[in-house]
Order: sequence, then structure tokens, then C-alpha cells
Amino acid sequence: MPRAFVLPDLGEGLTEAEIRQVFVREGDVVREDAPLLEVETDKATVEIPSPIGGRVERVHVAPGQTVKVGEVLVTFEDIGASTDRSAPARRGGPVPATPSTRRLAREMGVDLRAVNGTGPGGRVTDEDVRASAGGPPPAGQRGRPVAAPGPSGQPPAEPLERRPLARVGAEAPALPAFEHYGPIERRPLSHLRRTIAERMTLSATLVPHVTHFDRADITDLDALIRRNLEAGQARGVTLTLTSFLLKAVAHALGEHPHFNASLDPAAGELIVKRYVHLGVAVATERGLIVPVIRDVDRKPLLEVQRELGALAARTREGKATLDDLRGGTFTVTNIGALGGTGAIPIINYPEVAILGVARGREEPVVRDGSIVPRLLLPLSLTFDHRVADGADGARFASAIVRRLERPDELLLGL
Amino acid sequence: MVMGDRVREVDVAVVGGGPGGYAAAFRCADLGLETLVVDAGKRLGGACLFEGCIPSKALLHVAAVLGEAERAREFGVDFGPPRIALDPLRKWKSERVVGKLARGLASVARAKGVEVVGGRAVFEDSRSLRVEGDEPQKIRFTHAVLATGSQPAPLPGSAPGGDRILDSTAALEVPDVPERLLVIGGGYIGLELGQVYAALGSKVSLVEMTDGLLPGVDRDLVQPLARRCEKAFLAIHLQTRVDDLRDVAGGVGATFAGKTAIFDRVLVAVGRRPQSEGLGLEATRVGLTARGFVEVDERGRTADPHVWAVGDVTGEPMLAHRALRQGKVVAEAIAGRPAAFDSVAVPAVVFTDPEIAWCGVTEGEANAAGRAVRVAKLAWAASGRAATLGRADGLTKLVVDPETGRVLGVGITGPGAGELIAEGALAVETAMLAEDLALTIHAHPTLSETLMEAAETLLR
Repeated sequence: MPRAFVLPDLGEGLTEAEIRQVFVREGDVVREDAPLLEVETDKATVEIPSPIGGRVERVHVAPGQTVKVGEVLVTFEDIGASTDRSAPARRGGPVPATPSTRRLAREMGVDLRAVNGTGPGGRVTDEDVRASAGGPPPAGQRGRPVAAPGPSGQPPAEPLERRPLARVGAEAPALPAFEHYGPIERRPLSHLRRTIAERMTLSATLVPHVTHFDRADITDLDALIRRNLEAGQARGVTLTLTSFLLKAVAHALGEHPHFNASLDPAAGELIVKRYVHLGVAVATERGLIVPVIRDVDRKPLLEVQRELGALAARTREGKATLDDLRGGTFTVTNIGALGGTGAIPIINYPEVAILGVARGREEPVVRDGSIVPRLLLPLSLTFDHRVADGADGARFASAIVRRLERPDELLLGL
Repeated sequence: MVMGDRVREVDVAVVGGGPGGYAAAFRCADLGLETLVVDAGKRLGGACLFEGCIPSKALLHVAAVLGEAERAREFGVDFGPPRIALDPLRKWKSERVVGKLARGLASVARAKGVEVVGGRAVFEDSRSLRVEGDEPQKIRFTHAVLATGSQPAPLPGSAPGGDRILDSTAALEVPDVPERLLVIGGGYIGLELGQVYAALGSKVSLVEMTDGLLPGVDRDLVQPLARRCEKAFLAIHLQTRVDDLRDVAGGVGATFAGKTAIFDRVLVAVGRRPQSEGLGLEATRVGLTARGFVEVDERGRTADPHVWAVGDVTGEPMLAHRALRQGKVVAEAIAGRPAAFDSVAVPAVVFTDPEIAWCGVTEGEANAAGRAVRVAKLAWAASGRAATLGRADGLTKLVVDPETGRVLGVGITGPGAGELIAEGALAVETAMLAEDLALTIHAHPTLSETLMEAAETLLR
């Protein structure tokens, strides 16, 4: 039996990818780990290596095609090894289900062979399919609008999907009929928008959020950065506040490791991570993406700054690799770029906390009985109340503030 | 490219205007894709409308009327010997039946904005083809749908004979009513046309290579037809091969079973083969099987991501209604919908007298696969409606999963079997239980009651 190689789970909530390049042709003999194809997701371009050594019997995809996780990319000729993981065998013939149920399963991406039929004679019903996909879709989901051709008249060969978002927890009530009040337009979500929507819903629904506010006086830090700008540029890096913030957070996490953790509710355990990989939210034209800098606690500031610059650039250009995007333990998000005085961030599940940073502003501060202008940076720390209480949050936030206010200590790693 | 050549750019170029092609084209147009059909005859309908299903059914209707008139003597009505005029018969078939339907399809195409270009399509690469013939031009497409169908297979090992040797296309033109007709091939085409010519007055001899008529079809279902053919035909030679065919004075000399007999005409009906040659497919990534069928996945996509295929050219069963369904699936897949050709029941109908129709799993297939099934057979001798029609020779057969009672297959022999099988297809496609058939009220007296009654025999 030939072995089918399917698009593996790409992590990061990604469900599909576009084929950029195919490196093999039918009949080619490839060794294990040799590059098979290059795919582009909403977040990154990834080379997919061959899972086995063998002969390529059939290439099922071509550049430009969008494939879903689980879709067959390449079939390898049988190489004797019975590592083939085919669907559970069902006794003879097709899965019993009406044509409309089968269509529903395709629309919802449900493999009927994996669904237990509860209908008469083991027939798979619509309800079975929905249950398997995780809950019923909103009313009026069936009878979907026709995919219209794109503006250029090109056919929408692989248009955006309009399937329901993955559901979490409570069910949203049906929407009112807006068209009764005026004309409406229904737009499909972009892949990235969908991913963000699903993950934010998951986090906001699952995690009891608390936000703690604080302000750091970064007058001295700002002066230090200005003083050393040129020196940094001589070494090819542009110093920014963010790298200091990341170092401050990394050191504070060392003191408060339960903020560098994930809760495992099923096991009743807190998984504390012995590494500090910090995610930095980057706004791109397509939406918010969070690349990760590894081992921030162990890297010198200049190194962090250098990586940060490169990573942000890669991310904005859509060239971040999957490895750039996963493994984060804590996220920092700059919410001040476009103004405002502060915002409450939502936790990047399954992390435990996220730090929001608004724009620093000069404000009048009373010091030793007189009013002086100081540069204050508003911080908002959102954390999982299942893992930590308000006092923990306050202590963790002050640990960050203290380091930002005493940059020499920060640089000395104190 | 020569100056002056037209280059058209379309979303979808459909090659072939048969049922698979026009179904795909119409659905693509419905979904907002700019679609064009290239057809050698610059017409929609294909083999089905012009040289297959439709003209043969028109002729079979004539045969049925002749048969009914003949049988009417039994209950005291004598119309006298029929006088058959071939000119009006051909005119009725080609103008009132085929022509009317063709005009209908053409007007649907106009209404949907689907242009039909006349000529032969040859692929230049995965994104373009050239049209040779009356309207030469180059067409660039985002997607192409191969719907080139099939054509009658020639008799293996025999040189093309003179015009006394007919294929099914020629036979449907009814050039005359030959006194002695030899039909080579006991499949559905040979039997349908054999019965037409027998009803028109030919003495029909039939030669079949295997040991029974309609090879591969359930023997229980074939038996009533075989009995009727034995009466209507001059001779049926099973397990016989035609060794030689040659034009001789006064006809065609056919040598089989060690003897040579003279026939006025010979109909070769030994199957159909895919039309996948001469299309320039080697310029694309389309893959073919050893028999020349185009390989497609369940959505109808070939190994070339820009080329799709539907209908006879994609393999068995070569049936227009399978092509129609495939055409719609491919159109939706091109438009990005999650469509797939996942039909469980593709009904097959032999429009002989009696008709034979079946769908889903047959008893023979289940046995061959070692799958346990329960089988219910209901002879129409018990049917009131069959008695009033004077046709008690029918049979209704159900193949059911013994564990769940699910209807896996249905087979029917008898007048109207082609209509009755629709209920069987619905039952199989929707994974209905035999109990559901048994508990559904069927109108009395109708032949459809036999489905209900067959199901009842399976209830404990």
C-alpha cells in the first residue's frame, strides 16, 4: 500500500497553507529529511522535509494551490515499512450518510470515517457531524452564498472559507436579521483574522483575566538609550525601548517563574518553563503576529536588540518561519504606537500573562516636594487569575518597573 | 502564434459538449465563472443526445409501441400488420426528439452566457489550448474541463469494413431495415439495438463472447430479458467469437463457430473506448490509465492542477447521469466549494424490453467480496399492476446489510424498471433501512409496490 504524506499540523492554529514550490517530481527517489516542498502560511514560509526515504509515486499538489492540514501532498511508493496510518477500517463500503450530510462533513472538514453514526442502522447524521466538529454552527449556516469571482474577473480558485469559527464554551445566540434595517454585505474572514478570532475567543472565554496597571519612570532609561544610540548603530543595531523591556521582563520572570508557565487544568498542575522565550506582538498589514525571541534571559541586550530588529522585519515581510512563531512563554505587546493612554491586552493562550505597554509621555511628577517633568511609561499586565492573584501581579509588575527605572541594574543583570 | 489568431481568455474552458461538459459549463456559469465550451460539432448534447441515449430511446419507444400493438391481439384488439415508413421515423427521431432537445440546450447556453466554439481542442500547455477547424483560435484558461467522452470500440483484430458494417452511431440512423442482421456483442447496446431492429422486422442473430447476455449484470435480473430475446431473435450464440467479417456478394460474410453466414448488415457493439488521444494531453500533466482513461481524484481534478475531467473519458461506468453529476462537482470544486463525487449509487439502466435497472451493491459483487448480505427477491407474478399490464415476468431484488438492515443495492427487471430504480437509488444513497421502504405507503396498484413488498419479506 503506498504511503500518503499529508500536510502536517503546522501549529499556531494554522489550518492551511499555500504551496510555494515543489522540489520533487514523480518517480524521484528522496532521502529522509530531504526538502519535499515549500509552503507559505499566513505567518511564515516553511520547507517541509520528507518524512521517509523512498520513491515519490505521486505529487498531488502544485505551486499556488492551497492545501489544508491533513490533505495528501505526496504519495510514496510502498517501502515495506508498515508505518501507514490510514483511517480506521469500517466494515465494507462507504460510510452510511445522506448526500447532504456528506456535503456538510466536507464543508466542516470532518472525516466521516472517523464519525460514529447514531442514526438508524449506524447512519451518520448532521448532528453527528456537527458534534464531531465541535458543536453546532449558527442557524442559517446552510445554503451559503455563492463565491463570486474576484474583482479582476479571475475565478476564485481557492477562495476564503466561510465555515464557522471553531467554537469554545458558550454558544453565541443567532444574529438578528440586519438586512431588515438596511443593506448589508457578508465578507469572509482572512485566514489570519480567523486564526486571531479563534484564539482570542479561546483565551477570553477560557481564562479568567485580571489586569494590573502600573507606570514606570523611564526618564533615565530614555536618556541612556539616547546616549548610546550612535554607539549601537556603530555595531549595526538601533537601540529601542523594547529590547530593554524584554530584558526587564525576562529578569522579572526569573523572580516570578509562575508567570512563565502554563496551567494544565486536566492534570491539576502548573507547567513552569525553565526557559524564557518572549513573544513580541507585531502589527502587520495582514493582522497581528507574535514572533518569539528565545532565551532572552541569557542573551546580552545588544543580541536581543539585534534579533528583535531582524525578527520584526521578517514578520512584516511575511517571511517569518514557523520556528520564529512558536514556543513563546510570555508576550509583550506595544499598544501605544498609535496613541491612547493604555489598553487591556488579552492573554496569548496558553501563556499565563501578557504585558501591554502604552506610549511613554512626559508628565509632571512630584519629587522631593517639587514638580518635575518625568517620562512615564504606562504598563498593563494581564494575567490568568487561576494561576496568580492580584498581589502576585502587583509584585511581578513592580519587578518589571524597578528594572526599567534602574537601567544600570538591568544592564548588570542585578 | 500567427498574426491574426484570436486569443480568448476565460476562467473555464470545457472541452466537449456532452452531458458532463454542459453540466460543468452551466454550473460554472451559475457560479460566476466565464465559461466557454469547445465542441467538434459546435453543439451541446454530445454522444448522449446525438448518437446514444436519446435517439436509441426514441427508437426503443417505437419498438415498444410495435410490441404492445402485437400483444393487443391477446386481448382482442388487432391493428393488423404494421407498415413502417423509415423517412418519417427518422425525421421524427432527429427533428422532433433530438433537434428539439438540442435547441433547448443551445438556448440554455445562451441564457447562461456560455459560448460554444466549434472545432477540435488541442492543449498547448496547462493553461492554454488551440482550437483547430472552423473557428481557429487560441484560448487561455485558468481551468480546463476535459469532457471528450467515448466512442464505439471497433471489433478487435478486424479491419474497418464497408458500410454494411455499422457501429451504434450508424445503426441509430436506421439506414434501412436489413432482413438479416448480425449483432456482435451482447451488452446493453447490442441488446437495445437488436430489439429495435427485431421489432422493425429484421431477423436478428446475436453473438456474445461470454457465457451470457449482459455480462456482469445480476443473472436473476437478466433471465427474463434473455427469455424474451430468445423469442424475438433468430439466434443467440453465446461463448462465440466472430473470426472474420468480409464483404461478399449480397452482404457481409461472418465467420463464427466454424461456419460462415451471410448478413445484410452487421452491428458491432463491443463496448466503448475513451477519447483521450489527439488532445495534446502530453503537453499537460494529465495522467492516463493503461486503457486511455484520464485519472482524476474525487473532485475530478487530474494530475494537472489546472485540468479537470468528467464523464466517459474518466472511466466506468460510462453513463450520462454519472457525467452530469461529475460536471456539477467539478464546477463547484473549481469555484472553491468543498465538492466531491462521492455518490454511492450510480443507477444503471438497460432500456430493453423488459428493462433492467440496478444500483449499489449487487449480490454477485457482495459474494465476490466475501461480504455477508441478505437478499430479498419479489417476482412480479404477485403484482396486481404487472398482471394488468400482462407482464408478470418482472423481478424486484433487494440486497441488504444483515446487521443493520441497510439497503445496499437494488435490482429491478420489468417494464418501467428504469423509472422504478429511482426509489432504489434514493434508498441506497441515503443509507435507508429496508424497514423504511417497508413502512412507506406505496400507491396501489403500482409496480413500485414490489419494492415495499420485497422489503417486507426481510422484516422479522
